[in-house]
Amino acid sequence: MKTLADLEAIRAKTLENINMRKDDNAVRVVVGMATCGIAAGARPVMLAFMEEIQKRELKHVTVSQTGCIGMCRYEPMVDVIMPGQEKVTYIKVKPEMVPRIVAEHIVNGRPVEEYTIGAAE
Amino acid sequence: MDLYRAHVLVCGGTGCSSSGSAQLIERFEEQLKEKGLEKEVKVIRTGCFGLCEAGPVVIVYPEGTFYSRVKVEDVDEIVSEHLLKGRKVQHLVYVDHKTHESSIQKSLKEIGFYKQQQRVALRNCGVIDPENIDEYIAFDGYRALAKALTEMTPEQVIKEILDSGLRGRGGAGFPTGKKWQFAAASKAEHKYFVCNADEGDPGAFMDRSLLEGDPHAIVEAMAIGGYAIGADEGWVYVRAEYPIAVQRLQRAIDQAHEYGLLGKNIFGTDFNFDIHIRLGAGAFVCGEETALMASIEGMRGEPRPKPPFPAVKGLFESPTNINNVETLGNVAQIILKGADWFRSIGTERSTGTKVFALGGKINNTGLVEIPMGTPLRTIIEDIGGGIPNGKKFKAVQTGGPSGGCIPASLLDIPVEYDTLTSVGAMMGSGGMIVLDEDNCMVDIARFFLDFTVDESCGKCTPCRIGTRRMLEILERIVNGKGEEGDIEKLENLAENIKATALCGLGQTAPNPVLSTIKFFRDEYEAHIKEKRCPAHHCQALLNYVITDKCKGCTACARACPVGAITGTVKEQHKIDIQKCIKCGTCMTKCKFGAIIKD
Repeated sequence: MKTLADLEAIRAKTLENINMRKDDNAVRVVVGMATCGIAAGARPVMLAFMEEIQKRELKHVTVSQTGCIGMCRYEPMVDVIMPGQEKVTYIKVKPEMVPRIVAEHIVNGRPVEEYTIGAAE
Repeated sequence: MDLYRAHVLVCGGTGCSSSGSAQLIERFEEQLKEKGLEKEVKVIRTGCFGLCEAGPVVIVYPEGTFYSRVKVEDVDEIVSEHLLKGRKVQHLVYVDHKTHESSIQKSLKEIGFYKQQQRVALRNCGVIDPENIDEYIAFDGYRALAKALTEMTPEQVIKEILDSGLRGRGGAGFPTGKKWQFAAASKAEHKYFVCNADEGDPGAFMDRSLLEGDPHAIVEAMAIGGYAIGADEGWVYVRAEYPIAVQRLQRAIDQAHEYGLLGKNIFGTDFNFDIHIRLGAGAFVCGEETALMASIEGMRGEPRPKPPFPAVKGLFESPTNINNVETLGNVAQIILKGADWFRSIGTERSTGTKVFALGGKINNTGLVEIPMGTPLRTIIEDIGGGIPNGKKFKAVQTGGPSGGCIPASLLDIPVEYDTLTSVGAMMGSGGMIVLDEDNCMVDIARFFLDFTVDESCGKCTPCRIGTRRMLEILERIVNGKGEEGDIEKLENLAENIKATALCGLGQTAPNPVLSTIKFFRDEYEAHIKEKRCPAHHCQALLNYVITDKCKGCTACARACPVGAITGTVKEQHKIDIQKCIKCGTCMTKCKFGAIIKD
C-alpha cells in the first residue's frame, strides 16, 4: 500500500460488509420468519433480498427477521423501513418480486404500491 | 467478499474468554452450519465490551440484541430462535440491575451501563474483529497516519496533540504534546518511541482490553508519534501475563507490515518505522519509565534518578518518548477529528475521556469510558448500577497503590486530574474499587501497602525500609495491638517517604494510608483505643455471638470445627470465645440469622 487511495479502497470494500454495526440510519428490510412465514416460503424471499442488495452494492441496507404479526394469510410479508419514513409492508412476496422492490423502493424511493398491504385491503 | 445479513459478535476479552467464550464461538459455527446459515450469518470474536459482569457477552446485529451470561447450551436456542426465525431469546437478554428492565426492545446504546459513556479510546472494542486489519481500516483506521504523513509536518502533528490538551492516562497526567515536543527537540541520529503496556495497578485492566480489542489503534498511534518526534523504531513493553493481548498485537504488527503501513517508505514518504514487543515479567516498578527502559535493555528493572529525562537520554542512551496505551488510544482520533473536537469533550484542564475499571462492591463490574468531569456519583450509581445486596456505599479507591480513598461525602466531585489530586486521591491508571460498609478502611490501607512493600525494588532506603515499617504498624493495628501515637508515626513516616523516595512508586506509596487517615481517622482510633473494628471486618477484633433468635437447631454446633459451640436442642446456644477461631462457618450455617459479629 503506497497511497491514500489504496487505503480508501480497502475501507470502502470492508465497510459494506460491516456497516450494520455502525450505521443507525440504514434502510431495514424485515422479513416475517415465524412458522407461518417460513411455511409460506419466506426463506427464498430473504435470500433473494440479500442477493439483490449485494449485486447492487447497496451499503446502507440491512436484512433482518421478525416473528408473526398475526396476518398469517398474507405471508410471506416483508417490511421495508426507510429512515424517517413510515414503514411499507409488502405481502405475499415471491422471490421474483424482489428485484422490483429493491429497484423502485429502496433505490428510487417509490414503494411498489400494487404489492403492498394497502393494495390488498 | 460475501454479504452477511447478521453478525454475531462474541466477546473475546480475557474476562469472557475465561468464562468460556471460545467454546461459544465453536458451538455457534457448528449450529449455523447444521441449520445451513453459515453463508448468511457471520460469527466474529471481538475485544472487550466493558460489561464483564454480564459475561460471556454475545451481541447480534443488525438488531443489536445484547445477550448476557450465555452458556454453550444456550447457543442452539439463539441460532434456532433468533437467527433462523428472528425471535429474540427473552430469557437471555441482558437485564439492567438498577431498573430491572430487560433490554429486549433496546439497542446497546440505550442500556443504562452504556448510555452515559462516551467511547473514544475504546471506540472499536467490541465492534471490530481485532485480528482483521481490514475491519480496522473500514472504521477509519490508518487514515490518521496517512493524513499525518502526507499532509502535516511533524511540528503540526505535535501542535495538534498539544492543543488537544491530551494528558497521560497512565498516572501522573503529564501533557502528551509537551512530552513529544521535548523528544522532538533532542537532536540525535536514533530516537525511540515506547508504549508502556506494563499495567500493574491491582484492579486496572483498560490497557489490556485496548490491546486485545483494538491493537491496530496502538500501532497507528506509535507510527504517528514516531513521525512527530523523529523516531524510526518503536517498542511495546507489555507484561507476559497478557497472552491474548501480546498475540493480537503481534498479529497487528505483522498485518501492518504486510500492507506496508509499517516498514520502509510508509505511504510513499521517506518515513520508516518498525515496532518490537518486549515482554515484561510483571514487576510493578517496571511501569516506571526509567525502570521500564532498563528492563528493555536487558538490565534489572530499577529506576534511576531524573534528570536526564528520557526525552534527552532514554532507551539505549538515545532520546526516547514513552506513552501509556490508553493515551495512545486517543491519538489517531485527535489527528483525524482535530484538537477542537477533543477539547469539546471533558473539562477545561482535563480534556477528552477516561477509561475506568470498575471493581469491588459494585453491580456492573467492568470497563467504562466517560467524559472527564463526570460526577463520581454518576459512575457509581448510574453506570455502575449501585452497590449489591442493599449495602451502604462507604468509599471508592482510585489510582491503585498510588491513589487514595474518596468518601461518600465527596461523591459529587467531578472526576478530573486536579480535583482527584486535591482530595488526596489520584486519577492513576483508572482502577476504581468500590467499598461498602463491610470494608475496613485500615485493612484497605494495609492491603495496598502490603502490595507496594512486595513490589518495592529495594534500590532506595525510604521505599525499601520506610514502607515496611509502615506496614508493620498497620498490621499491629488490625491485629488489635495498636498503640497510642501510631497514627502520628504513620503520618510522619509517610511525609518522609513522599519527600525522599527515588521514583514515583515510592513517592506515592503512602497515599492510601494518608487518605484513609484523612477521611476515616475515627476508624483508626476505634481500632487503637477501643480495640474495635467498626466494619466488623478485622478478625482479631471481633467476636461471634449467638442472639436470642437462636432456635436451638444445633446446625452451628455440628459445623464448628473446634467444638466451641455448646447448647441443648431447642435452647439458645453459646459460643466459647476462648476456643473460637473466628472462621465464620457457624454464621454461614445458621438459617435464622441468629449469629452476628460483634
